[in-house]
Amino acid sequence: MSLTRNTSSKGKSSLRAGEGRLAFFAISPFYFLYLVFGIFPILYTSYMAFFAWDPLGDKVFIGLNNFMNLLQDEVLWKALRNTLSIWVLGTIPQLALALYLATILNRNRLRFSNFWRAAILIPNVTSVLAIAVIFSSLYGRDFGLINYVLNIFGVDKINWMEGTLTSHFEIATMIIWRWTGYNALIYLAAMQSIPKELYESASLDGATGWQQFKYVTLPGIRNVMIFTITMSTIGGLQTFNEPYILGGVTGGNDKQFYTLAMFLYEEAFRKFQFGYGAAIGIFIFFCVVIFALINATIASKIAKD
Amino acid sequence: MSTLTSKKSTSSTTKPQFKIGAAFAYLTLGVTTFLVVFPFWWMLVVASNEKNEIAKNPPRFTLGDQLPVTFDVIFQYANISRAIAISFIISISMAVSHIFFCTFAGYAFAKLKFKGQKQFFAFILLTMMVPGQLGIIPMYILVTRLGWNNDLKAIIVPGLVSAFGVFWMRQSISAVITDEVIQAARIDGASPWQIYTKIVFPLVRPTALVMGLFSFLGAWNDFLWPMLILDGDKMLTVQMAIAQMKEQAYIVNHAAQMGAAFFATLPLIILFFLVSKQLVKGVMEGAIKG
Repeated sequence: MSLTRNTSSKGKSSLRAGEGRLAFFAISPFYFLYLVFGIFPILYTSYMAFFAWDPLGDKVFIGLNNFMNLLQDEVLWKALRNTLSIWVLGTIPQLALALYLATILNRNRLRFSNFWRAAILIPNVTSVLAIAVIFSSLYGRDFGLINYVLNIFGVDKINWMEGTLTSHFEIATMIIWRWTGYNALIYLAAMQSIPKELYESASLDGATGWQQFKYVTLPGIRNVMIFTITMSTIGGLQTFNEPYILGGVTGGNDKQFYTLAMFLYEEAFRKFQFGYGAAIGIFIFFCVVIFALINATIASKIAKD
Repeated sequence: MSTLTSKKSTSSTTKPQFKIGAAFAYLTLGVTTFLVVFPFWWMLVVASNEKNEIAKNPPRFTLGDQLPVTFDVIFQYANISRAIAISFIISISMAVSHIFFCTFAGYAFAKLKFKGQKQFFAFILLTMMVPGQLGIIPMYILVTRLGWNNDLKAIIVPGLVSAFGVFWMRQSISAVITDEVIQAARIDGASPWQIYTKIVFPLVRPTALVMGLFSFLGAWNDFLWPMLILDGDKMLTVQMAIAQMKEQAYIVNHAAQMGAAFFATLPLIILFFLVSKQLVKGVMEGAIKG
């Protein structure tokens, strides 16, 4: 008895050691790569931001000057306004639509449900720049289909990318088109993991469809909502591809759709102001942190009410 | 409003009301599907018609016969076939390496026990919150120092394993494989490595493939980083090729742009139709625990 016990515990501990070693091998590639290509660049960014840094080698310590200059740079605030405006126009309707589509897909006895699910995922599985080319054609001033349709209703030709709000609208619709279906499927998955009994007891208590949605569905998908909002905030604050390809690297004549990421790109890789660019990167990071916190607070409040 | 009251009423009155709700649901889904598909259709229409057909009032909405001409223009002016090949090399390497590394790491987090497991996993979640642009300038310097400029290594190596993939596979392995199964295999004398190769990996292979496909997509769509690293002349990705066609003045040719868009999209659409069911399942599985 004692003998078997001994061997089994010994076997267990050697097994544990084996597990630890295997786990080490399994997870170390990520940490090694992230150390080299994640942590090191991030720390180095914080270091560079304190220098006037010329890519050819010259660097001069200038303390907080990059940050001072940045905060006084009108372009920064314009880029921030544009980025936030595009993010709001692109994210709020997107997540609301996704939620709505998810409730529809979650209906009992929905026919062709596999087909609908696949269909709404297609936009997410396509090439961003290709889609930008297509949207750019649809929104064309002279021969664009959207202006053509608007013209039927008596609206004059709109030069979409020339205006501030119209260019933001154009970029936002592309973001909405691309991400709504993906988020709808994530919401749908969360909705399906809510126990059916909760709905049954709610309807026994006389809760209407809307009340069930508000008191059972929303709290049930709260975490997933926070997750999608956070992810779209991180993505939204880094918006680069869509405005770049729809309107060009300059962000428009009046910088009307110039985003923070385009600002970083231009300062660092066109003007080769590495230190200044690093400061912009840190600014973007702080925006992400601040907005992620705000979003999480709002989302958890909404779900609790 | 009608559907709200239906819960309390008897079944005979519910039926027609339910039908209105259902009709509206199908209408919404139909319109959504139309909005999804239409841009692709428009891409083909523009690529296959002469310019004046599109500029007409009303414009033409059907396919024309200019597709061969358009393709001719594309292959003459742009490095599109080269770009497609390079994009494939990058994307497939990333997908394969993600399937290997992320699944293995996901297994360690889901089913193995080791010191600091919680902290290590929390760290992975944390890295997902850090915007990639934060470190992009030092990354550029680092890659230049390594001599990887204009080299695909600069794109592939930093992305060999991703936090999102590890997170996804950990969720999936926890959900799909019960601890009893692992325990039973252990009692039979299987080592943790054997458990991984003989039991865990075969069971989560479908999810791993979907995760790999998303890695493929991410790599295929990456634009800023390849643009910084590759010279855009002999070395370029599909996205860079499209951007070039749109920027270069000598082809203000919408048909050609659309044709290029077509080539950038086609492989993805084919992949999608092959595995759409698994993709949908994969997206939903990865999401449950958020």
